[in-house]
Amino acid sequence: MSEISKRAVAGVGVLVLLALPFYATGFWLQSGLFAMAAVIGAIGLSLLTGTTGQLSLGHAFFLAVGAYGYVWLSGPAGAADGLTGLGLPPLLAFGLAVALTGLAGGLLSPIAGRLRGMYLGVATLALVFIGQHVMLNAHTVTGGYNGRSVPPMDLFGFALADASPQGLLVLGVPFGGLERLWYFGLALVALALLTARNLLRGRPGRALGAVRDSEVAAAVMGVPVARYRSAAFVVSCLYAGAGGALLALVFRRVVPETFGLVLSIDYLAMIVIGGLGSVGGAAAAAVLVTLLPQVLTGYADDLPLLARAGSGAAGPTPGEAARYLYGAAIVLVLTLAPQGLAGLTRRRPRKTLQEHTP
Amino acid sequence: MTKFAETVLNGLALGSVYALIALGFVVIFKASGVMNFAHGSILLLGGWTVTATHQAVGFPLAVLCGALAAGAAAGLLHALAARGLRGAEAPVLTILTIGVDLLLVTALNARIGPDFLSTGDPWGDAVARFGGVAVTQSRLAGIVVSVLLIGGVFALFRWSRWGLSMRAAAADQEAAALMGIRLHRVRLAAWCLAGALAAVAAVFLAAFPAPGLDRTTGQIALAAFPAAILGGMDSAVGALAGSLVIGLSSALAAGYQEQLSGLGTGLADVAPYLVMVLVLLVRPNGLFGSKELSRV
Repeated sequence: MSEISKRAVAGVGVLVLLALPFYATGFWLQSGLFAMAAVIGAIGLSLLTGTTGQLSLGHAFFLAVGAYGYVWLSGPAGAADGLTGLGLPPLLAFGLAVALTGLAGGLLSPIAGRLRGMYLGVATLALVFIGQHVMLNAHTVTGGYNGRSVPPMDLFGFALADASPQGLLVLGVPFGGLERLWYFGLALVALALLTARNLLRGRPGRALGAVRDSEVAAAVMGVPVARYRSAAFVVSCLYAGAGGALLALVFRRVVPETFGLVLSIDYLAMIVIGGLGSVGGAAAAAVLVTLLPQVLTGYADDLPLLARAGSGAAGPTPGEAARYLYGAAIVLVLTLAPQGLAGLTRRRPRKTLQEHTP
Repeated sequence: MTKFAETVLNGLALGSVYALIALGFVVIFKASGVMNFAHGSILLLGGWTVTATHQAVGFPLAVLCGALAAGAAAGLLHALAARGLRGAEAPVLTILTIGVDLLLVTALNARIGPDFLSTGDPWGDAVARFGGVAVTQSRLAGIVVSVLLIGGVFALFRWSRWGLSMRAAAADQEAAALMGIRLHRVRLAAWCLAGALAAVAAVFLAAFPAPGLDRTTGQIALAAFPAAILGGMDSAVGALAGSLVIGLSSALAAGYQEQLSGLGTGLADVAPYLVMVLVLLVRPNGLFGSKELSRV
């Protein structure tokens, strides 16, 4: 595709996304918002695992820090059920929750910096389990097993929820919480994509790629390897924090069960299906992986071979079918198209003279 | 004191079963440099085969069937990884095993459903007593079988032709290949062996006092990750030591949970990971792992 037609496609895509709340039902808006949260998180993991080559299975933990961080910072203080909170304005709480997740990553990066390859993968796996333990036991902050409800986002008095101003109509379409949250999510995704792109196209991106390919070579070229490795960890955590906080806003209730190992593996599936190291690919795959179970569940009756969950009929349930599909997607992508979705859009390199000259 | 002895015995029994799984991780890692995240589902496949066949062929043959099924599954996984991804990096192969795990676990969960399946093991809920110390027979059997099997694997490493090839391949792949060692076969054997060991572990994980094999049994294999990492991924002895440490710490955290209630409930489940993180802080390559050297 030429540069102009690429821009045209992107422009049309943005227009469609902006117009969606006027046409789509609540189900689709909610699914779309889940996908947006996943896109932000997946970009973060892509920077860490794809670009820098540090395998992380602990992404769910950092998403949880972002989600619970937002809830705790903005939650009402001294509530009757024994929950604590700072009761900060939601927008400030959102920013602080992202910063908090980055801080958590910064505290852990010295440990992560010492570990290589598989050791790092399993050490981050430990984070997920330890995080689950903390979420279940720190009742006053997290609400324990039952979780706690999420205060709605509020932009200087304009709430991104169904209330205040109630019954808002835009062009004759009722604008409730989901519609308002949609634009907030879009803005976050745009910010996340732009930042990642600028990061990767500049000096840091080149340095991180060099670290992935060979730490020794990178160090010889004058890249401070340890600093870049921990910086990648922190940046990835910032993304996870924003994704987690957005996820909390869409769910309206955070429970520990959401942030288990399955979530980490979902994110890993996203960046693999998207093509390791590609931001756009990760974002596209994030949408695919998130929407797949939602769509299969929503349309279970109309699709062949699928059984409704709990109906006892033969055939895989929608959740199972989704897992089959993206398990198979990981295997097929890795064996047949190692570049993932990103590789499909790229032009095959034309044979040039340069390839023949040694 | 009795309680302490019982807890320690339970820990040893748990550790010896973990050792079967962790040894599998290490054998695969040494052979192919891959961390096999599909090990849990392969373990579940072995256990499920035992539960499905024991009524027809009896327990000992059923265990053999389970070991064969799990070994074959692991071998297939290796073939898939090796054929499809010639020359790919180890992290990519590791992610591939995660994909296979998703497929296998989903398929098995649909078969197992919400039930606890019996493996038809001969020990039942019998308890053996030494003085005042009570321990279930299934756990004693677990210790004995693990010691025998692990002894056998070490003997294979030390004295068999395959063991020699394996050690040579682990030391230097290129040199080993040039000496006429068929790397592909050596690796295939390693994966099959690891799968078979996991199937045996599944039998003991499902035995009393556990209520039977269910869909979460495969997740227990995850606790063997810290065991393998703790000892150092490329050291078989390390895997044993790591497994015992993890088994003991898990049993102690479960046995003394009232005294440890300040740290929250369910500490036994996270104890393996806490211990691992603490060890990795001091020794980033595990207790017995070899340091990675990079020569320029």
